[in-house]
Amino acid sequence: MTVDLRTRYLGLDLRSPIVASASPLTGEPASARLLEQAGAAAIVLPSLFEEEVLFEDMEINRSLEAGTDSFAEALDYFPNIESFSGAGDRYLERLRQIKAKAGIPVIASLNATTAGGWVRYAKLMEDAGADALELNLYHVAADPARSAADVEAADLALIAAVRTSVRIPLAVKLSPYYSSMANVARHVIDAGADGLVLFNRFYQPDLDLDTLEVVARLDLSQSWELRLPLRWIAILRPELGPKASIAATSGVGSATDVVKALMVGADVAMMTSAILRNGPDKIRTVEAGLRTWMSENEYESVSQLRGSASSTAVEDPSAFERANYMRTLRSWSAPRDLTTA
Amino acid sequence: MTLQTPVERPVAAPGAAPASPDARSRDKVFVCMDGNEAAARIAYALSEVISIFPITPASPMAEHADDWSAAGKPNLWGKVPDVIEMQSEGGAAGALHGALQKGALATTFTASQGLLLMIPNMFKIAGELTPTVIHVAARTLATHALSIYGDHSDVMHARATGWAMLAAGSVQEAHDFALVSHAATLRSRIPFLHFFDGFRTSHEINKIAVMDDAVIRSLIRDDDVLAFRARGMTPDAPFVRGTAQNPDSFFQAREAANRFYDAVPGIVTEVMAELAEQTGRRYGIVDYHGAPDADRVIVIMGSAAGAVQETVDALNATGQKVGVVVVRLFQPFPTDALIAALPGTVQSIAVLDRTKEPGAVGEPLYQAVVAALTERMDSETPPFAAMPRVIGGRYGLSSKEVTPGMIRPVFDELSAARPKRHFTVGIYDDVTHLSLPIDVDYRTPRPTGEVEALFFGLGSDGTVGANHASVKIIGEGTDLFAQGYFVYDSKKSGGTTVSHLRFGPVQTKSAYLIDAANFVACHQFGLLDKIKILDFAKPGATFLLNSPYGPDEIWDRLPIDVQRQLVDKKIDFWVIDALAVAAETGMGTRINTIMQPCFFHLSGVLPAAEAIARIKAFVEKTYAKRGQAVVDRNFAAIDASIARLGHVTLGPATTGHALPPVVPAGAPDFVKSVTAVLMAGDGDRLPVSAFPVDGTFPSGTTRFEKRAIALELPIWDPSICIDCGKCAMVCPHAAIRMKVYPAAAVAGAPAGFQSKEFKSRDLPDHRLTIQVAPDDCTGCGVCVDVCPAKSKTEVKHKSINLEPAPEHRDVERPHWDFFQSIPPLDRSLIAHDTVKGAQVLEPLFEFSLACNGCGETPYLKLVSQLFGDRMIVANATGCSSIYGANLPTTPWTVNAQGRGPAWNNSLFEDNAEFGLGMRLGLDAQNDHARRLLAKLAPAVGPDLVREILEADQETEPGIDAQRARIARLREVLGSLDGDARTDARHLLALANDLVRKGIWIIGGDGWAYDIGYGGLDHVLGSGRNVNVLVLDTEVYSNTGGQASKATPRGAVAKFAAAGKGRAKKDLGAVARAYGDVYVAQIAMGANDAQAAKALLEADAWPGPSLVIAYSTCIAHGIEMSKSMSHQKDAVRSGYWPLYRFHPSDTEAGQPFKLDSTKPSMAVSDFVAGETRFAILARTQPKRAADLAQLAQADVDERWRYYEQLAAMHRSVPHVHSDPDARPATIEHPGLGSVEAGDEA
Repeated sequence: MTVDLRTRYLGLDLRSPIVASASPLTGEPASARLLEQAGAAAIVLPSLFEEEVLFEDMEINRSLEAGTDSFAEALDYFPNIESFSGAGDRYLERLRQIKAKAGIPVIASLNATTAGGWVRYAKLMEDAGADALELNLYHVAADPARSAADVEAADLALIAAVRTSVRIPLAVKLSPYYSSMANVARHVIDAGADGLVLFNRFYQPDLDLDTLEVVARLDLSQSWELRLPLRWIAILRPELGPKASIAATSGVGSATDVVKALMVGADVAMMTSAILRNGPDKIRTVEAGLRTWMSENEYESVSQLRGSASSTAVEDPSAFERANYMRTLRSWSAPRDLTTA
Repeated sequence: MTLQTPVERPVAAPGAAPASPDARSRDKVFVCMDGNEAAARIAYALSEVISIFPITPASPMAEHADDWSAAGKPNLWGKVPDVIEMQSEGGAAGALHGALQKGALATTFTASQGLLLMIPNMFKIAGELTPTVIHVAARTLATHALSIYGDHSDVMHARATGWAMLAAGSVQEAHDFALVSHAATLRSRIPFLHFFDGFRTSHEINKIAVMDDAVIRSLIRDDDVLAFRARGMTPDAPFVRGTAQNPDSFFQAREAANRFYDAVPGIVTEVMAELAEQTGRRYGIVDYHGAPDADRVIVIMGSAAGAVQETVDALNATGQKVGVVVVRLFQPFPTDALIAALPGTVQSIAVLDRTKEPGAVGEPLYQAVVAALTERMDSETPPFAAMPRVIGGRYGLSSKEVTPGMIRPVFDELSAARPKRHFTVGIYDDVTHLSLPIDVDYRTPRPTGEVEALFFGLGSDGTVGANHASVKIIGEGTDLFAQGYFVYDSKKSGGTTVSHLRFGPVQTKSAYLIDAANFVACHQFGLLDKIKILDFAKPGATFLLNSPYGPDEIWDRLPIDVQRQLVDKKIDFWVIDALAVAAETGMGTRINTIMQPCFFHLSGVLPAAEAIARIKAFVEKTYAKRGQAVVDRNFAAIDASIARLGHVTLGPATTGHALPPVVPAGAPDFVKSVTAVLMAGDGDRLPVSAFPVDGTFPSGTTRFEKRAIALELPIWDPSICIDCGKCAMVCPHAAIRMKVYPAAAVAGAPAGFQSKEFKSRDLPDHRLTIQVAPDDCTGCGVCVDVCPAKSKTEVKHKSINLEPAPEHRDVERPHWDFFQSIPPLDRSLIAHDTVKGAQVLEPLFEFSLACNGCGETPYLKLVSQLFGDRMIVANATGCSSIYGANLPTTPWTVNAQGRGPAWNNSLFEDNAEFGLGMRLGLDAQNDHARRLLAKLAPAVGPDLVREILEADQETEPGIDAQRARIARLREVLGSLDGDARTDARHLLALANDLVRKGIWIIGGDGWAYDIGYGGLDHVLGSGRNVNVLVLDTEVYSNTGGQASKATPRGAVAKFAAAGKGRAKKDLGAVARAYGDVYVAQIAMGANDAQAAKALLEADAWPGPSLVIAYSTCIAHGIEMSKSMSHQKDAVRSGYWPLYRFHPSDTEAGQPFKLDSTKPSMAVSDFVAGETRFAILARTQPKRAADLAQLAQADVDERWRYYEQLAAMHRSVPHVHSDPDARPATIEHPGLGSVEAGDEA
């Protein structure tokens, strides 16, 4: 039987629910094209980090000014560079290039640190042709003087400010570390977001024992990590109603992962690690797998599948809300090397 | 053509002033720029080919041309000129000659020694009647010393070349005369040397009327251009030019061009008239200004004419009758115009020359004027009733100031009954008594409405940049005229700057410094103790001080002299804590954005609100291209500034402190009487007798210049120190030292002096101290970056940590003094080929004035530690010659025995040959000494002689033993009498050369890869025992980062604004090709032990050695405190492989040893951290990506090649018997045969 994979996300009509999420591959025109050819229904560009833009501008300015006007023979050390593109300019240029070639929606992503930065870059991204914007609320709330309420209020104010400055659809990518996830999710939608992307994965720093330095370390996600978004999408889907879009991200690596994401209520499933691991063709494989699974299980369309196992659609909704601690512990069995040691 | 007399025509002001108010009308574009840009704009517009080479102060002309070409700016005919950097000025002139012979319009820019290198081609170009212009920022020629500053000694040495010479005296004239030169050369076929005073005009920023293409086009006639092209070489209409001629023909042919020279004065006059028609600016080839019936006249050329004109006006206003003749066309000398310009009433003439020709009857302009007058007085219609008396004076050498206070005495002298026939102006000559007195209090009236402002700052604080901006803001935004001139000292780290700004309703003629300002700003609090800043304030002036103390606290913190001057001069005194505002607004230490609004606010040059708006607009224009963040931060700083100004109520002039002495009380007499005066900025007051007659200065004087510029000092924690010595090894200023000494030596140490047990089986009961020199450290932080010892309880705490200097300086001073008093360890007790061992050795290169974090100086320090007491240095011109020996002080120093590196700098281009000559001289002396010694053997004693002649001096103990023998020899020789006396005296003079010495030929990549390459190659091929150390920064660092052939692919540099497309030359490969040259490539930050080993091997190798040292530089665009980390990454990525090529004399030898490991990092990761590469990805991403790919391929391919080399067997036949050497066997009774000429 033929299955209808079409879905809507942030008001955009997509040919399938498989979206290529932020990665180096979505940020370059050539690889973005490969992703589209492999069947990605949309692509999300890597986040533009305002902090990075600022740092780069200040650093280049500092190094171009270093030593200037100090010594009569060398009043400067670089040619007179009329203009150069900063990280922001380069991002927008790539966005323009990708958009010019793409037949699928292109979603820009932004992580800003100041209210001015959020609004300015959101607008610039809209002007550069982004079909939608994903706000990446990626920050570590390390200031003990700021309460959870303060942090959330500031985030919501930013979302509202961006909402009023751009017309394109707006998604907000959240981390799972809120005391009251459901409450935050509702407020985000109320502040003007058209959808949620669940969840952000924070790259946790590591220590290098040779140099005794803190180092950044990136580990690609695994399928088990999907369970966290699954729970929350299941819970939030009925809460937020059909108007709000939801994207599942973190650990989507196979057709069955996509099925699960859709079942709990996601409109799209976003893939990153699996593509980085296997290449753009992974999208083709997952889509084929999705078709096969739906066909074998007699699902006609994504819309039929979507939300079919959300918290209100399952027999035991509390299973999504229960801490599951005891059952998990009981079901754990020690690996052999521990028991035989 | 008609020559105008002073009576006939309205007086045109010498100097750049518009001739009439209409010159400031709306249709004229007024722009603020310096003389270099003013000239370069015209040169660029009128050229198709521009061959360039950097030289101060002309480099900016070439840089502008390169920038414009890279940006695709077309010339007058729509073509983008080809700008090509050559390997030397000689090369630039050769390329110029070639382009011209092809019929292409071509130009170049140069100065000083560069012009000298062009002279051979200049003769050819003129001999072939080829139109072209060389624009010269006239600069002093190196004689007893190098000087980068301005005078006419360079251009005067081009007099014989057959080029016309046109002198501009201001920024406007540099612009106008550039065009006059280009137009006149095309009309006359005589090439033009257009010159203006280096720095004074080349670097003065002034408001000038800029000519547009229509004006330029109106003076450049198409027919002249086409005629020039038609004379170009083409096989379609062949000819030969440049023949060889014989006695039968050369002379006549040389005279054949005379008529072309005769026509030049008329042609230049004609072009100047056309210029006046187009612009309203009227010039003559000779101009007169002054009383029509003057009895005394000064004849002068160049920027000093303004000061003479001001003096003339002032004296005439008091009833005197004086005048000035400004010569603009110097060659062909305009005799008619000169005679016509002089008033008929003139009785005495002083001709002032800005050059010195020792031994000549007089300087060139003087000679020309005397000859012209003599000729005309001898004609049928003599112009004057009697021959005026002519006297000649020298002034302004090396940019020495010329002020009305120096000019008035010249007019006085002209009134004397018996004036000095030859004299000097502006100095005090107490030796030959040639100088005229200086009237230091004499000033000519300043124009109404003029503001003179002075700003004292540090190079690193942005003061000069802000003042540049102020000149542009006022000059381009208002009707006021503006002038900016900037004075720098010669220090590359912590150097002071003084900005001299004039704003006013009329164009100033004053091409001299301000010494009585309406507004004085001190941007660095510490300078108050070092410079007598308020000496330069007018009574009632405004004084703005950047101070950490507020208006209520500041008074008692001032030096008492400052208090006194504030009170006596009734100065309006303001303070601001600009550093605090800068820190709050994210500006770091660049306080310019805070101080500039304060200047506008206090000086009242513009209404306050308008000033702020204009500053912001300027900031936006300047920084928008660098990102909104940069603009925002500057805006925040501007907004925060004025509110923080505090007005100070003057207190009693009794509560301040006395100024500290410039040098310590114990300094040698010469340092106290000369060096200290130079250090205090009072050098102008030193008389001639104070100076050495031949440019010889004592070593080891930086130690007396206690600058205390570090904001943070490295403080040692011995508890976690691992004795590695890396901190001392990498210190660019030898300001952090390691000493190992017997435990007993610590007795009597001041409280808090730190030491730890030295872990060594060979040296039990010894202690180790790492000590910072608190007044010499620059706080660059490189030592902290390399320190490998980290605390077990807090990893950020290392064994060396930067801590605030104010809290530690006073504590560390006595520690440093005590540390200095501990004798250095006996050199034989420690291995020299380890980092730790080398760092225990005493450095004989210390406290250089190199940039913070300089990558070059640690190598020099290391060389001085290893070989300093027996090394002779030939140093190429460049950074190392400047931080190595720019007065007032030198870092090359001596040990307790009085031995240390003997240092000299010849030129930029000849350093290898210079060093080879030292080796030849040393060998000749050694050879002669050996002969004398052998001859004197019976008298001296055959055993001692044999021991000396056969001494093994390969190791340091061997050298020490030889020194002891030579001491014995000297004693014996001193007592010899009779027949042996003469030989003994000669041997005494030469005996020290029987101790092994090392010749070190040191320079940068600009020398080794480019201008000096031919000589270097020859010296490496000579087989002689010299050691070449190339401090490879991969650019011409000293002149501001121009590309050399060492510049790597993909790097952006000046003259490679679009990123260098070609790969770096493998200099080592060229040297290795000889087979018998020791070659090493080192990078201290990557492998310090290998660096030390390579230098030791180079010294030990009896033939030529070449060590190429990777040297991080401010021009790389890196954080200099991480200098050594960048070196590490350069090696890890394979960008800079480490190797040693030790020629082998056995067939199984594998001379090439690869010392670095296989690259473990992508080149792209290395280059991403350096602005020189990273910027290209932000300007030309596609090109950057292509070049990056090639750069990786370069590295991969070289590594593949080097790996193969490392496995190869190669031997040099007979390495130890040089077929060129002529060892003479000396036969002497009683001694047997001894080989001479075989030192070590």
